[in-house]
Amino acid sequence: MNLFDYIRPATLPEAIAAGARPGASYLAGGTALLDLMKIGVAHPGQVVDISRLPGLDRIERLDDGAIRIGALVRNADLARDPGFAAACPAVAEALLSGASAQVRNAATLAGNLMQHTRCAYFQDPHSACNRRNAGAGCDAIGGETRGHAVLGWSDACIATHPSDFAVPLVALDAVVEIAGPDGPRDMPLADFYALPDATTPGGVTLAPGELITALRLPPEAAGFAANARYVKLRERTSFAFALVSAAAMLRIEDDRIAAARVALGGVAARPWRSSAAEAALIGATPGTDIFETAADLMVKGAAASGDNGFKIALARRITTRALTLAAAGTPARMPALPASVFAPVTGTASHA
Amino acid sequence: MTLSITLVVNGDRHDVSLQDARPTLLDVLRDRIGLTGTKKGCDRGQCGACTVLVDGRRVNACLSLALTVDGADITTIEGLATGDDLHPVQSAFVACDGFQCGYCTPGQIMSAVGLIAEGDAGTDPERIREGMSGNICRCAAYPGITAAVLDAQARLADSERTNG
Repeated sequence: MNLFDYIRPATLPEAIAAGARPGASYLAGGTALLDLMKIGVAHPGQVVDISRLPGLDRIERLDDGAIRIGALVRNADLARDPGFAAACPAVAEALLSGASAQVRNAATLAGNLMQHTRCAYFQDPHSACNRRNAGAGCDAIGGETRGHAVLGWSDACIATHPSDFAVPLVALDAVVEIAGPDGPRDMPLADFYALPDATTPGGVTLAPGELITALRLPPEAAGFAANARYVKLRERTSFAFALVSAAAMLRIEDDRIAAARVALGGVAARPWRSSAAEAALIGATPGTDIFETAADLMVKGAAASGDNGFKIALARRITTRALTLAAAGTPARMPALPASVFAPVTGTASHA
Repeated sequence: MTLSITLVVNGDRHDVSLQDARPTLLDVLRDRIGLTGTKKGCDRGQCGACTVLVDGRRVNACLSLALTVDGADITTIEGLATGDDLHPVQSAFVACDGFQCGYCTPGQIMSAVGLIAEGDAGTDPERIREGMSGNICRCAAYPGITAAVLDAQARLADSERTNG
């Protein structure tokens, strides 16, 4: 790890001023940044510890029914907050399927959203990586690509976004609140992660000094509470990143789907939504046929970026499974045990 | 420049001065305070051998800069027993054969203490396995570890009833 200066500003304006200096990095829970510093991928000259900034650790219900979550709310605290878990059960389920209990106790909302891809070539300073070093090329292409993208990738970057949390959040139209030297601004989480284009790798673009202060879920988000699930397939049952995951949320009225939200994780450089898939579900009676139609639409345009064509079929099946589980109803016990695809489609194990 | 922090570790106050900002909580516990029960395994938050309680919550000491936990209340494996009387979670690991080589054990036990305090798992072995997944045991003593957590939880509930 390189030598660095450490400062702990007392106020948000002081933090922004410090964070705007060249070579500065914000540190909150530390579970992502410290790891990248240890492996030589991140080498900030100055670490700005924002973990004790006041007022950023609250979960609030706004007057219009929106939910506002402070940037420094720890992942475990959000998942366990009874009001939040009841309103947004698929988000709680996604949070609990990520990382380990120790990491979730430390990691913050903003840190989760700001985490970098876990592409092994990004994490290896000796590999060429356009994300780490613009114009260097991409050693992932033609390499070990089992976990890489099948949607929205380019020859500049085939990495996937690793967050489980962000998947249902994008489906629920979450908005990121950002503060910076030029004042506050909002950005839809769906636009927060730029996809790669022909020459650039995409990713998060914040101006120097900008940081996330909160995340807002619109009032409609809580309308999906009765039929919401997050299903994650990974190489082992726990403490692994998703090969493919899906958030599925339905509002069912008179046995028909009145509103639908679906997003895939592990398949692209951001959580993947399809307006066509969601539109296809509206008005339909919940059932396997319509879920499979929606699943086909979710992966429309998908293409292998290497030895990962299996993820396209997998994404279709995980979408169908998540929709089937959502239609069966949110489990009575929340937070749920994160749903495993190895559990039966319905029944006690996946609803424990 | 010298940086100073204060930690309360297992009830004892320690003032530590650091040469630079890099040491983690794990480094300070082991190399500066001399409490080597907390183990360094992967040093990247993946194995759980360094699990300690910070203000009552289980975290990976290897992923916490010491400076960020300045002023915190830390509990390590050395702080669990009362004299020669083992903590109920320690007794349960002995009774249930929850280890083989022992290297991961301090982290497993601290993680189990945290898990039981969180109160989410109940008596469902599947939830306990999920809740303990941040602690790797390369000897694969997992059946004993799960049994130990269940046993410890029952012992703690019993002692609460007795003392209650």
